[in-house]
Amino acid sequence: MDDLLNLTAHGLSEKIEAGEVSVREAAEVANARVEEVDGDLNSFVTPTPELALERARRVDERLRNGGVKPWEVVPIAVKDVLSTRGVRTTCGSKILEHFTPLYDASALANFGEEPVVVGKSNMDEFAMGSSTENSAYGPTRNPWDLNRVPGGSSGGSAAAVAAGEGWWALGTDTGGSVRQPAALCGIVGLKPTYGRVSRYGLISFGSSLDCIGPMTRDVKDSALLLQAIAGHDPRDSTSANVEIPDYLAGLEGGVEGLRVGVVTELMDERIDAGVREVTSRVAGELEAAGAEVGEVSLPHAYYALEAYYIIAPAEVSSNLARFDGVRYGLRVQADGVHEMYRKTREAGFGAEAKRRIMLGTYALSSGYYDAYYAQAQKVRTKIIEDFREAFSRYDVLVSPTSPSVAFEIGAKTDDPLAMYLQDICAVPASLAGVPAISIPGGLSDSLPVGVQLMGDHFTEPMLLRAARAAERAADFEFSPRP
Amino acid sequence: MISEEQVRHVASLARLGLTEDEIREMGGQLAAILDSIEKIRQLDLADTPPTANPLNLSNVLRPDEPRPGLPREEALSPAPDPVDDLFAVPRID
Repeated sequence: MDDLLNLTAHGLSEKIEAGEVSVREAAEVANARVEEVDGDLNSFVTPTPELALERARRVDERLRNGGVKPWEVVPIAVKDVLSTRGVRTTCGSKILEHFTPLYDASALANFGEEPVVVGKSNMDEFAMGSSTENSAYGPTRNPWDLNRVPGGSSGGSAAAVAAGEGWWALGTDTGGSVRQPAALCGIVGLKPTYGRVSRYGLISFGSSLDCIGPMTRDVKDSALLLQAIAGHDPRDSTSANVEIPDYLAGLEGGVEGLRVGVVTELMDERIDAGVREVTSRVAGELEAAGAEVGEVSLPHAYYALEAYYIIAPAEVSSNLARFDGVRYGLRVQADGVHEMYRKTREAGFGAEAKRRIMLGTYALSSGYYDAYYAQAQKVRTKIIEDFREAFSRYDVLVSPTSPSVAFEIGAKTDDPLAMYLQDICAVPASLAGVPAISIPGGLSDSLPVGVQLMGDHFTEPMLLRAARAAERAADFEFSPRP
Repeated sequence: MISEEQVRHVASLARLGLTEDEIREMGGQLAAILDSIEKIRQLDLADTPPTANPLNLSNVLRPDEPRPGLPREEALSPAPDPVDDLFAVPRID
């Protein structure tokens, strides 16, 4: 059974389809793996072994009648920011320690009636962080080196996939939270075009930025999982009413003639030399595979992190206002409603959540709105214009995903600014709403390096095809760790 | 530097309780973050329109038709203090 752990999700799906393995057996293997390694890793806030077995049994029953989608048979880890009916959903926060949602997020509902969920994966509180150290449920550890962080905020999902606690996972990406942990754990992470996947049931962080994305062992799994979750949703007015293409159809088409631009601003000295080296090598391999590779400039990328750290906290300060001790979550009793709000939020939120609420409230407050928030929204326009210009000359843009490999636990916890710098390569695509994928490009200091590929809005089929070629060229072998 | 008085004011706008230690720390941390953000204020963007949605969607509407919602009992089940089929709050001060 252990060899099932070495399969990709599509590989496992084919075996189940062929009748060689049952969904229940797959769920048992995943559960056993969680039991074996999660004491060290802490990938999950809430493992759900019984739920996985029960649902696996029902999917097996349905398999006899046919009509089961190829992805439904593969057990999955779900970031604890996605609402799961009947399964506690904490967002990594004390304020939701006892919260059980009443419905499934649309992305999960699209996946199937009964997703075989192995657990709710750990994350930085309300998805704010780049290391999964800001979780009220303890940090997650990187399967490549237990003294290092897995990245964040979807660090639990990334570690689960890298460790084989399930075959794939859902994460969410506001400013790199799928891509950066994928990079640091040596897996594939895709942030789709903004609006491609419904946000309904995703507990909001930055509503104009949040995207749900696949975290997988290879690019084909990424295409398969995107196929499963994508789609317009009348319950999310920001979801895109755009036809869903077949993401697997042209996946193996190669990069012959594709125009690939390496982003100058994301290859400077802020990026570790070893990371730049791997990125350049992957770009070179794409050229060898027939792509036309050049350099491209996104001049306002230098301002992207700053704009992001105004816009995202501003949206946070608004979104987290819903945690007020009235309809759900923690309440600290007090005499008078305002004191109840203050005490509940003081006790329920961790340090980074408080910091961002404060930063966002400040940036939106009277006298500062134009100087900070409105200015950041204008920078956002400039970044979108930069991308438009770049995509008039190139099909795919390439950069590192993260400026460094996985760092040691505790190394940046006292310095919020140093932590924010982890996002410099990821936030331009977030602000522009374009799709971006991180693939493992190779190693630096024996740790995985992620290479990011970005495409124009709704060009996921082309982006996935390029990423598939890059992944083949990089020849990075997946195997579960530790 | 952001004064403790400013920190208290912003925290009160956000209905966020902070300990005395947090108030002392927050001023310095917010100032450091805002300093690092300062460079975007130097860009001349007077003629640039702001972006709120990356796909430029606005006023997305659907037909206003009644649909089944959550039963009241279920909707109240996660509430910390439901009373008589309602969400209860302490005295409004």
